[in-house]
Amino acid sequence: MSEPLLEVTGLRKHFPVRGGFLRRRVGEIKAVDGVDLTVHRGETVALVGESGCGKSTTGRAILRLEAPTAGEVVFHHPEHGPVHLESADARTLRAVRPHLQMVFQDPFASLDSRMTVGGIVAEPLVINKAATGQELKDRVAELLTLVGLRPEHANRYPHAFSGGQRQRICIARALALDPDLIVCDEAVSALDVSVQAQILNLLEDLQRRLGLAYLFISHDLAAVEHIADRVVVMYVGKIVESGPVEQIYTAPRHPYTEALLAAVPQPDPRVRTRPKLLTGDVPSPASPPGGCYFHPRCPHAQPVCATEAPEVRSVGDGHLSACHFADALPLAGATAAARPPATPAAQANS
Amino acid sequence: MSQSYAEEGASAAALADTPDETADPVLSVRDLEVEFPTPLGVVGALNGVTFDVPRGKVLGIVGESGCGKSVTARAILQIIEKPGRITGGTITLRGQDTQTEITKLGPDSARMRALRGREIAMIFQEPMRSLNPVHTIGAQIAEAVLLHQTRDRKQAHERAVEILRQVGMPHPEAVATSYPHQLSGGMRQRAMIAMALSCNPGLLIADEPTTALDVTTEAQILELIRDVRDRSGMSVMFITHSMGVVAQLCDEVIVMYLGRIVERGSVDDLFHDPKHPYTQALLRSIPRIGGDRKVPLEVIEGSVPDPHTRVAGCPFHPRCPQAIPGRCDTAFPGRSTAGPGHTVHCHLHDDDAAGHTEPGEDA
Repeated sequence: MSEPLLEVTGLRKHFPVRGGFLRRRVGEIKAVDGVDLTVHRGETVALVGESGCGKSTTGRAILRLEAPTAGEVVFHHPEHGPVHLESADARTLRAVRPHLQMVFQDPFASLDSRMTVGGIVAEPLVINKAATGQELKDRVAELLTLVGLRPEHANRYPHAFSGGQRQRICIARALALDPDLIVCDEAVSALDVSVQAQILNLLEDLQRRLGLAYLFISHDLAAVEHIADRVVVMYVGKIVESGPVEQIYTAPRHPYTEALLAAVPQPDPRVRTRPKLLTGDVPSPASPPGGCYFHPRCPHAQPVCATEAPEVRSVGDGHLSACHFADALPLAGATAAARPPATPAAQANS
Repeated sequence: MSQSYAEEGASAAALADTPDETADPVLSVRDLEVEFPTPLGVVGALNGVTFDVPRGKVLGIVGESGCGKSVTARAILQIIEKPGRITGGTITLRGQDTQTEITKLGPDSARMRALRGREIAMIFQEPMRSLNPVHTIGAQIAEAVLLHQTRDRKQAHERAVEILRQVGMPHPEAVATSYPHQLSGGMRQRAMIAMALSCNPGLLIADEPTTALDVTTEAQILELIRDVRDRSGMSVMFITHSMGVVAQLCDEVIVMYLGRIVERGSVDDLFHDPKHPYTQALLRSIPRIGGDRKVPLEVIEGSVPDPHTRVAGCPFHPRCPQAIPGRCDTAFPGRSTAGPGHTVHCHLHDDDAAGHTEPGEDA
């Protein structure tokens, strides 16, 4: 797992705000403002944060679905070595993209309703001339089986499938070209509770079998804890904390992470969650506050927090925090909820 | 009341009696049936739903998409989207000394209109869709006040500001003169709650009000709803698919699956002594913080059936690991008691098993 697959440094994506006469540029929304992150081969890095924190834009900018404003995105190609995605020309991008795939949140919007499932899954293979004829058919059948569908499903249309099955189709399509990295943008958020578990298990199973790496973008902290190896917490376009999943969840070193974890409602009435009720709202990335962006809502804020932006620094083994008082604050991790027994209770008359 | 269960055969007798969990419910729903005629056939969205909303408590309704939880809420206010309609059963609203049979009122009748907002208020998942973009927040709250409480515009506006302050809105005077697009998602939901509370309704129906919000904002809204219940003694019917929200907010819980109630009980019973295989499976399939990461999540095989397919017998039997062939696929199980205030619709627990006392039940 030590071999880096993707290295992102100083990634920025700013959107212009236009207004007034002639739609002049009157400001900037710094959706992503200096993000550093590394994904190693075969690991799952989760990107978490509230809506509007820039986590989806980060994912899109990494894949060049949005042109980054600044920063470096280096993909370590298995044969050609490091490739700079942020400045790659169309030809290089075409050669690299099979290795980088994406699965989106809404499986209803991301499948063409007029194509058969077989056509959808085969499309990446056809476009990249990876297979033809019988070989193509066999590969589609193999992919559908891999994600838990049946080869005969290839002849049906997306409308005949449920949300969970459609997400399986999206995953099959993403797997078609043997990618190294899949960016999952809220890939389980729109699914029913019982189906979410199926897709999470499928993603883990595929990772074990194919050695995939995931960039798992999500606001669901329980799902993230289950699937991620490392977690990156974002707030208003910046990383506030990152580290191994156990450390982030049991010993967070940033007050925002603590507040996020405390807000998760635990599925156990005997464990009363005590949300640190954050006052106010997430600031607009068009006019963020001075100093630490989190200081207006932070219960531990000191005068220095309003004036000086904290640097991201190491607070432990692979654990980074952007808080002036990361070493001094007594922050609590998530309270664990008891799991129900793994086997159904003995039934009296089955 | 029991005639609609005649076709259920063996289980009719068990279902017909009135649930008596609470002596004084604010709302009683009996054998409610709602159908949606579609070009592909009639979809039975609710197939005989019976429950009470206890006074001054939060009743949670959980279930996956298509289980009928939102339709139940909309049926109570008679705002089911056309061509859906109530085809059977009764809904009775019980005031302090009045009783109103909602199902006997026309959806557009004066009494029904007077009741909406004043006696039963509702908040929805997406506040942006429920607020009018061209009117200020204050004007929209004042509109409800003018409709139900006073004719004085100035008084109505003052009431709007006061109620915004009550729901913890920062700068209520400024918010009252703002338009919906100027507020964040959490503030919009607060404004919706303010609007719902403006006429002091006896029952608040909340249909997934926090689903579109971030966890931190969700925590604020849940705190607000708890606070309102404690202060005003309002009853709340809270619809959600999040087991976490249910555990943290609700006093009692109803679990629905494909237009039927499969289990009902106190929140502690449901989470610590679930009886229905669906409830058990749902609880085991959710990822939990602090859970064992190395163990794959337990899954419920398959998915919720297409609403057009009619499942004979218990609607969960095709996915149920404990289904009894010849029994679960033929008749919907009757209501059996698993403990005080804890009922379940499952053949594993009915009739011959009913006499079997559960450990801890007599405590």
